[in-house]
Amino acid sequence: MADAVPTATVPRPMRQANSALGRRRKRIDRVVSVFAYVSTAIGLFFLAWLLVTLFGRGFAAFNLSVFTLSTAPPGSNGGLLNAMVGTLIQTALGTAIGAPIGLLVGTYLAEYARNTWLGNVVRFVSDILLSAPSILIGLFVYQLIVINTGGFSGWAGVAALAIIVIPVVVRTTEDMLRLIPDTLREAAIGLGSPKWVMIRFVCYRAAMQGIITGVLLAIARIAGETAPLLFTSLGNLNWSTNLNEAMPSLPITIYQYAASPYDDWIALAWVGALIITIAVLALNILARYVIRTEPSKK
Amino acid sequence: MSNDSQPATVVADPGTTRSFGGMTARSTEELNTARIECRNLDFFYGDNRALKSVNLRFPERQVTGMIGPSGCGKSTLLRVLNRMFSLYPGQRATGEVLMDGENIISDKVDLNFLRARIGMVFQKPTPFPMTIYENVAFGIKLHEKLSKRDMDERVEWSLRRAAIWDEAKDRLHTNAMGLSGGQQQRLCIARTIAVKPEVILFDEPTSALDPISTLKIEELIDELKRDFTIVIVTHNMQQAARCADQVAFFFLGEMIEVAPAADLFTRPKHPKTQEYITGRFS
Repeated sequence: MADAVPTATVPRPMRQANSALGRRRKRIDRVVSVFAYVSTAIGLFFLAWLLVTLFGRGFAAFNLSVFTLSTAPPGSNGGLLNAMVGTLIQTALGTAIGAPIGLLVGTYLAEYARNTWLGNVVRFVSDILLSAPSILIGLFVYQLIVINTGGFSGWAGVAALAIIVIPVVVRTTEDMLRLIPDTLREAAIGLGSPKWVMIRFVCYRAAMQGIITGVLLAIARIAGETAPLLFTSLGNLNWSTNLNEAMPSLPITIYQYAASPYDDWIALAWVGALIITIAVLALNILARYVIRTEPSKK
Repeated sequence: MSNDSQPATVVADPGTTRSFGGMTARSTEELNTARIECRNLDFFYGDNRALKSVNLRFPERQVTGMIGPSGCGKSTLLRVLNRMFSLYPGQRATGEVLMDGENIISDKVDLNFLRARIGMVFQKPTPFPMTIYENVAFGIKLHEKLSKRDMDERVEWSLRRAAIWDEAKDRLHTNAMGLSGGQQQRLCIARTIAVKPEVILFDEPTSALDPISTLKIEELIDELKRDFTIVIVTHNMQQAARCADQVAFFFLGEMIEVAPAADLFTRPKHPKTQEYITGRFS
């Protein structure tokens, strides 16, 4: 009447607590943990050292007059105003020119050229540009603009910075647009929306934070660039907002001052480095904040 | 206020007798005025033939349910009807899909215009990342220029017809992502209705939703067929039985059988249909 329960068909391996295998795994686990912690500690140690030195030396020489006075000959109590204004102008214009181009290229790659031969080539070239040494870009602009226009100029610096901005923005824009599910695109198309309306009003909105973050990171990147400016806007010890002339910038000034034999110049270089570091840090924090905030929660 | 005097009243009333959608009101003869008609429709994903000579009529202002196992071509057919497949290279349809005497799979068709006439609601809710109001206004703005007042009225009308007005009216200008899944899906329906299409395609509209939301959407479909021709793809046979006037059974890219819902589920003609509806395979 009562059927016998059929024998189980799954053979189970022998298991026992505290076996040799288990002990060995625990040992390996401990060793790997130690390595991980030590590596992290080494990284953090050098970062902290760098920051402590920078903040120590920077704040030691810090004086509000760096914001009000322009660079001056050694011993005559100068500031960094012209360098900061120069960096602001060149960074702003470089971003204003480079970011829209990068945005459009990223849009092309994500929305129009998926899995196409041309799209893959463009993406590959953009990635190469992203990792190209920035001094190469400086030399390129030197050949192209400085030689042909007869001199160093702010515009040449702007051009070099814009070229650096483009691939950064291309990459983030494409990545962010690709994160948007196709169902959202189909929903817009399904309402009878032309493709450009879908991209402009649905995709850009959905990817807005990521795109803004990409632009912020690009700004942070070019704000501290020295190499591409060496051959283009050159640097200028005087106050100059004329983009047709050589233009001062913070990184170039730091580069020149730090290599000089004058103590007050070297101190100013530390202050300049401090200012750039804090500005870039602030941009990065802002970028993180933008990523975390929900889109247009009113 | 609303230009429709009878806003959708959706009441979850378990006591309502919900018989086969087609049984009471629609006879076989009534199923004969076709809004859209497929003739010898073939569809290819590259070389893979996903639809094989499908002949099917979608009757005016009735609900056509499409059922069948996964990969049988029912969703593919839905994506042919509003030319969604044209977004993807390598996908093509041959044959005829007639709407008002025009073959909508011909290259000459204005796709944006076609999609305004044939709206679609997707499996997962797809609210746009904007406010509830903007979501509904998005589609309207594509096709019409309305004054602020007319737009407000149209948005309200759409939300009422989609039975979400009461939940949305106090938060019209907040982000639509803040709605629950079922509310988002009704918002998507409102967005589709707002364009005033002639046909609405539903692609498994409730498979991502809980039972209460499912019930609301099924009742909504029932209400909407007064004004719209509806095509619904579903994996759920009970849903097809509840919502549809006629049901088409698909298998391996072929349309095996189409009949009024009551007939298909009680007296299937084809043995495959019989096997499927009795759960012999899925």
